[in-house]
Amino acid sequence: MENIDVIIIGGGPAGLAAAIEAKKAGVDNLLILERDSDLGGILNQCIHNGFGLHTFQEELTGPEYAGRFIKELKALQIPYKLNTMVIEIKDKIVTAVSRQEGYVEYKAKAIILAMGCRERPRGALNIPGFRPAGIYSAGTAQRLVNIEGFMPGREVVILGSGDIGLIMARRMTLEGAKVKLVAELMPYSGGLKRNIVQCLDDYGIPLKLSHTVTGIDGKDRLRGVFISRVDEARKPIAGTEEYISCDTLLLSVGLIPENELSQDMGVEIEPLTSGPVVNESLETSQEGIYACGNVLHVHDLVDYVSEEAGHAGRSAAQYVKNGRPETAGKDIPLIPSDGIRYTVPRTVNADRMEETAVIRMRTDGVYKNCYLNVYFGADRVIHKKRMVMTPGEMEEITLKKQDLKAAAGLDRIIFRVEEQ
Amino acid sequence: MENKELICIGCPMGCAMTACMEGGEVVSVSGNTCIRGERYARKELTDPTRIVTSSVRVRGGRIPMVSVKTREDIPKNKIFECMEKIRTVTVDAPICEGAVLVHDIAGTGADLIATKSVEKA
Repeated sequence: MENIDVIIIGGGPAGLAAAIEAKKAGVDNLLILERDSDLGGILNQCIHNGFGLHTFQEELTGPEYAGRFIKELKALQIPYKLNTMVIEIKDKIVTAVSRQEGYVEYKAKAIILAMGCRERPRGALNIPGFRPAGIYSAGTAQRLVNIEGFMPGREVVILGSGDIGLIMARRMTLEGAKVKLVAELMPYSGGLKRNIVQCLDDYGIPLKLSHTVTGIDGKDRLRGVFISRVDEARKPIAGTEEYISCDTLLLSVGLIPENELSQDMGVEIEPLTSGPVVNESLETSQEGIYACGNVLHVHDLVDYVSEEAGHAGRSAAQYVKNGRPETAGKDIPLIPSDGIRYTVPRTVNADRMEETAVIRMRTDGVYKNCYLNVYFGADRVIHKKRMVMTPGEMEEITLKKQDLKAAAGLDRIIFRVEEQ
Repeated sequence: MENKELICIGCPMGCAMTACMEGGEVVSVSGNTCIRGERYARKELTDPTRIVTSSVRVRGGRIPMVSVKTREDIPKNKIFECMEKIRTVTVDAPICEGAVLVHDIAGTGADLIATKSVEKA
């Protein structure tokens, strides 16, 4: 069995950035295991532009963004294996299979989980009706059109206004399909405003908020869908049903972190994010096992994935070189409250953290003209004005090590959305 | 005088703005919360442009399609003409990221370039 200092599971944007930072922090014996035939992950099929504004101060397409990291990875001579599927992790022994090498085991000192996420499938939605051809997740359609070069259909309805659905509405239109409408269950879109304007409004595609698909027509091939308005409890309202003929239904109804491996190895999972519970070092409930990117919680911007993953890479390198640091102080819980749905990480330790710790969070609804406040116990220490906060746009707050050290007896940090 | 309605894309606020136009010029913008809104409205109403991204077929490559983009943003009303041209293009592997695949696509002055490299099969 080969001994590796840091094994990175997944060669998408998170895995690439984690490996690069681990290498730069002095780990030479590391390895990326990627199940696809290329590095870059989902960025390979995200051919639209808009990536990298934070990281590179310019707008890149997905393949270009991935390309920059892959170039750096190769310059740093970081080893990786493609077409290699990790099937089990136990006691830091990583078991993988590949066509070239068969069944392989590696013993790791530290492991970085960077498996990304998966689209919520039709089966999770309870849409009644037959199971005809023509119903795809938006990401599957994206792969077919952009990488395989096939058009899934000509007349399209999209359920869900997440960014992938919006991007695909434009993509299918540009390729000559008629996108009839985008239906969104919620009273607001989960996608970026920019995508609503540039992917729907530019092409006159209607967005129907508080609507959902309540029926499927067609036995072998999709012939049409029934769309209904929903009430505040998201239940379809009788009498509002209308029929839309179409040969394709795309589902853009959410992403779920892909944590089968993490769960099998017993890593504690946070139900609100479906990702591992992590501390300020992005270490999971198991020592020396780190998580970053969409396997940890679903991000809206890849720039933040790269930044977070870099942090995980540094943490893993630190662990391999120096072990787990002794800490005098305890782990302080971060508590989401009053409009904040979750925070990542869930605890911070002032002795272990870098000079600053970025705390990422999402709200549970749309809030306008409000403040994002942070309390050390009963004391309000951070007070940030926000014109608007929506669940679709991740918020972040930076905590400083010196502030935490200075706060004697600090036992909890609370995050709230408040009117003042 | 003519009023045009548009939504700002600068941030999640999505301000609903009204621009007052005269003779093809933006006279004033209202409804925006910050300067980015006004800047966006002026550009969008007088010279709307977009970067177009797509993918084109590859002969003899390790993968069947290569992703492409217009190097610069092109006028919004040229998007479909540009797409028609893109659909007729087939290129031979190998292709390097940044390689020009079509010069001056659809008379926009912008080149169509590859956004990834594709090796030979």
